[in-house]
Amino acid sequence: MNDDAILLVEDNADDEALTLRALKHNQIKNEVIVARDGLQAVQYLFGEGDYAGRDLEHMPQVILLDLKLPKLDGFEVLKRIRSDERTRYLPVVILTTSNEEMDRLKGYGLGANSYVRKPVEFTEFIQAVKQLGLYWLLLNQNAPPGRM
Amino acid sequence: MNLLVSAMALLMACAAFVIYDLATFRDVITRNLSVQAQMLGSNSVAAIMFADPNSAESTLAALREAPTVVAAAVYSGDGKMFAAYRRDRAVPVPMTAETVGNELERHWYSAGTLKLVRRIFFQGQPMGFIFIESDLEALNSRLRRYLFISALVLLGSMAAASAASAALTDAVVKPISALAEAARAVALRKDCPVRVDTTGPLNELAMMGDAFNNMLDQIERRDRELLAARDHLELRVEQRTAELAAANKELESFSYSVSHDLRAPLRSIDGFSQALLEDYGDKFDAEARGHFERIRAATRRMGVLIDDLLNLAQVTRADMRREPVDLSAIARSVAADIRKSDGERRVECVIGDGIEAEGDPRLLRVVMDNLLRNAWKYTSKHPTARIEFGQTQMNGGRPVLFVRDDGAGFDPAYAGKLFGAFQRLHGAADFPGTGVGLATVHRILQRHGGRIWAEAEVEKGATFYFVV
Repeated sequence: MNDDAILLVEDNADDEALTLRALKHNQIKNEVIVARDGLQAVQYLFGEGDYAGRDLEHMPQVILLDLKLPKLDGFEVLKRIRSDERTRYLPVVILTTSNEEMDRLKGYGLGANSYVRKPVEFTEFIQAVKQLGLYWLLLNQNAPPGRM
Repeated sequence: MNLLVSAMALLMACAAFVIYDLATFRDVITRNLSVQAQMLGSNSVAAIMFADPNSAESTLAALREAPTVVAAAVYSGDGKMFAAYRRDRAVPVPMTAETVGNELERHWYSAGTLKLVRRIFFQGQPMGFIFIESDLEALNSRLRRYLFISALVLLGSMAAASAASAALTDAVVKPISALAEAARAVALRKDCPVRVDTTGPLNELAMMGDAFNNMLDQIERRDRELLAARDHLELRVEQRTAELAAANKELESFSYSVSHDLRAPLRSIDGFSQALLEDYGDKFDAEARGHFERIRAATRRMGVLIDDLLNLAQVTRADMRREPVDLSAIARSVAADIRKSDGERRVECVIGDGIEAEGDPRLLRVVMDNLLRNAWKYTSKHPTARIEFGQTQMNGGRPVLFVRDDGAGFDPAYAGKLFGAFQRLHGAADFPGTGVGLATVHRILQRHGGRIWAEAEVEKGATFYFVV
């Protein structure tokens, strides 16, 4: 398991496939862990449920988080991430269809690092994923893990 | 008070009557004195002719029978006193006759007596004068009697009046003041448990009291009904408010779903169409690739449509501020934006200075953006174009603003459809668009309490007038 994995939290199989395709399109070869609802994402991050016993030394480089999710929604997941010592500084990019001001405000309020709206046009989406990959996987330096 | 007024009136009437009567009585006295003077004068003629004063004095002595005559005297033609009579020694008799002048007779009042002088004639020849003086005792006693009677009448009528007034007070004033008291109590306490006692004798006042009580009954009943209606209304308002809030919430979650769930399939359609083209492009002929392009174009259009619809919903829901907004500055900034994205065209933008409005800056920017982009769009088929933003003052107080272009215009017959959502007057092939822009503008202006209307002619341009 790499330390530069991407955690993709996405319940829509189409969107998952398209996101993976866009990543591939941009030659982003990082490992992608897919959580299909909010609960799965939380379980992965904290080594619970299906992911019990997972080595928590390894945390994803970036989390791509959808907002509308079954069980726990994106905001709830974000809240858990920010309230736990181990995940407090993980970069979280909200990747969603919603363009509601309310959602953006709430997302940033809960400590999201970015808010990206999924464009309808796939070519635009590929561009967006490319920018995200460049920034969060190459350019950005994450906080050192487990120090705080 | 009333008693005083009636006493005054009575007094005035008595006074008028007395004055009239005294004046009449005075005339009577004077006439009597004149008759006496005539008789004495005729009886004294012989005495004057024969210069026999004793005879004249005895004639005058007959005046003893007239108790009011105080003194009398006969004068000869040369004015010398011939004979005199005095009832009392104390009363002086004038020693010379008063001049009568050309008159036959003259009388006057002095020192509380009536004095009269009359010429004496015999067969047309003046023989002398007769003087006679009468006291006014008769007049005075009559006056005294009158005063006494008046006082008696006054006192009697006053007594009668106060008796009547006391009776009236019981029968009329007391019920009326009870009524007034009740009315005041009702007015003060704003409720009507008070009732007037109407157990007295059955008359108009009792009927009035009954009517008043009836009125109070009715007022009470109406009050109760009104209160019930108000409670009912409040309940209904509460219900409606709750329903409205629920509907609003539903609408909100609806547009949220639209924003989320309607766009997601579009992304799939577009994404996988492109994936097909990329992965299997070599297996498709030109026609198949054309079909894919159409799918993708339709998807894009649908995406824009959804966004526009969401904007429209947003405009309806968004909180509104009210502050002075510099519309000229907004128009200039919007025009610059448009020119940046489509700078090839030769379009002259004329933007009036100092146009301001009171409203929400963000929403008013949406208005200016839509109107100017529309003008830009519908002039695109012309080689050159002129777009103008200005204000006129034709609607009384509030200035009427306008955006005018010299583009495609529209048939005024369809002007009514302009501001409905998804209503378009041009085909999408001629001018792209979703038909939501003007609906959005309309709604924003409506929320500001303003309005918008348009005038146009085909191929001669359109003018959108609006009031914020």
